Amino acid sequence: MTRNLVTLLISFVAYVLAQAFFKNLILFNTGFCFLYVAFVLLMPIETGNLFLMLAGFAIGFAVDVFYNSLGLHAICMVLIAYIRNYWLSIITPQGGYDPGAMPNLPSQGVQWFLVYTMPLVFIHHLILFLVESTGTLFWYSMLKTINSLLFTITMMVILQYLLPQRSRA
Amino acid sequence: MERLFNFLYEYRAFFTFLLLEFLCAWLLIVNNQYQNTKYFNTSNSVVASINSTEEAIRSYFSLRDVNAVLSKENSTLRNQLEQRNQMLYSYKLNQTDSTLRKQYVYVNSKVVNNTTKYYKNYITIDRGADSGIEPGMAVISEAGVVGKVKTVSEHYAVVISLLNIDEQVSCVLKRTGHFGTVQWEGTSSSLTSLKYIPRHVRPMVGDSIVTSEYNAIFPPGIFIGKIKEFNLRSEAPFYEIKVELGQDFGKLSFVEVVKNQLKKEKEALERSTFGESR
Repeated sequence: MTRNLVTLLISFVAYVLAQAFFKNLILFNTGFCFLYVAFVLLMPIETGNLFLMLAGFAIGFAVDVFYNSLGLHAICMVLIAYIRNYWLSIITPQGGYDPGAMPNLPSQGVQWFLVYTMPLVFIHHLILFLVESTGTLFWYSMLKTINSLLFTITMMVILQYLLPQRSRA
Repeated sequence: MERLFNFLYEYRAFFTFLLLEFLCAWLLIVNNQYQNTKYFNTSNSVVASINSTEEAIRSYFSLRDVNAVLSKENSTLRNQLEQRNQMLYSYKLNQTDSTLRKQYVYVNSKVVNNTTKYYKNYITIDRGADSGIEPGMAVISEAGVVGKVKTVSEHYAVVISLLNIDEQVSCVLKRTGHFGTVQWEGTSSSLTSLKYIPRHVRPMVGDSIVTSEYNAIFPPGIFIGKIKEFNLRSEAPFYEIKVELGQDFGKLSFVEVVKNQLKKEKEALERSTFGESR
């Protein structure tokens, strides 16, 4: 448990710092990379809703401090963290998840991973851009959302091939 | 009572969700208003030092460009100074006048963090309260208006960029003298839009837009940009004008913060005349 917590803290700091350096890494003026979403998405399947939301709030708040946008990333992350477990139970594969399984690429396969992350990341980005523009600029926000979605998902998949992942906690 | 607690416990996840979302929404609203949230932004010293490290690495790669711009600016300024001195001499005006000389004081500063692609862009600079920077001061560069100071810490300040959909700057069409407002539309980082220029005005492509005299923050006559294109819909009361910004915000590396020495006096005079309501 303590070991898990330590790894969690280290990955928290790593995600926040990486996100701070990704601030100006923007493709085609509209593709942003919000890799820190993976912090909540890649937690073990059995993690409780409450813990997910607190973790989501914490990392969203930390990113907001770097982005001068207090509350913006936090509001999206709390939403994602809340609906994550419901989405996981909707897309349960036949026979259910193994006990202690991780919702990551090595243990569940590419197809499942994309089905799992795409809608959540899409909702996160859309809410983020709409709240930032206070509801105006809908179609430009949609363009930003789709480009950022592709960028973020690509980075997330690359990250999982690069880093050794445990398929079980 | 017990049933109430049971109910709350059963739906604890949902209530925590609501609580956290309200907290975030409150933070968003408070942060959007002026001069709040002093600690949780990039003027925080820990955050700013991380950003400075990043900037230090990046600035090595743009040194050549920066040098060229600075030396060009130096020569322009020297020429202007020489002309001004000759002019003053020929009009016999070269006596010292303390108020004239000191109304605006410029503090030069380095940009340590800058974004251009978000809807609400901010710039962090490496001068803070210890250099006399206060919230509300104007920030300009040699190529034009940059923004205004939002929050200040000991050694750093966060500046609202002109590329921020909430930022409005009062300006004037230099050739005709009509007043308008410049506000960014959130899409292209080299264009901004000029609003409230009425139908009877005849703008032309290439007209200069500068800050106006009514501006409480910027000194009058600071260059903003040039008209790139304009369009008048048949029913609209105002033109839709696209302005090409003078400052390329993607290359911002040195800026100047403008301190208006007479601002307090002006405000005090206005307050004593019009009362607190203004």
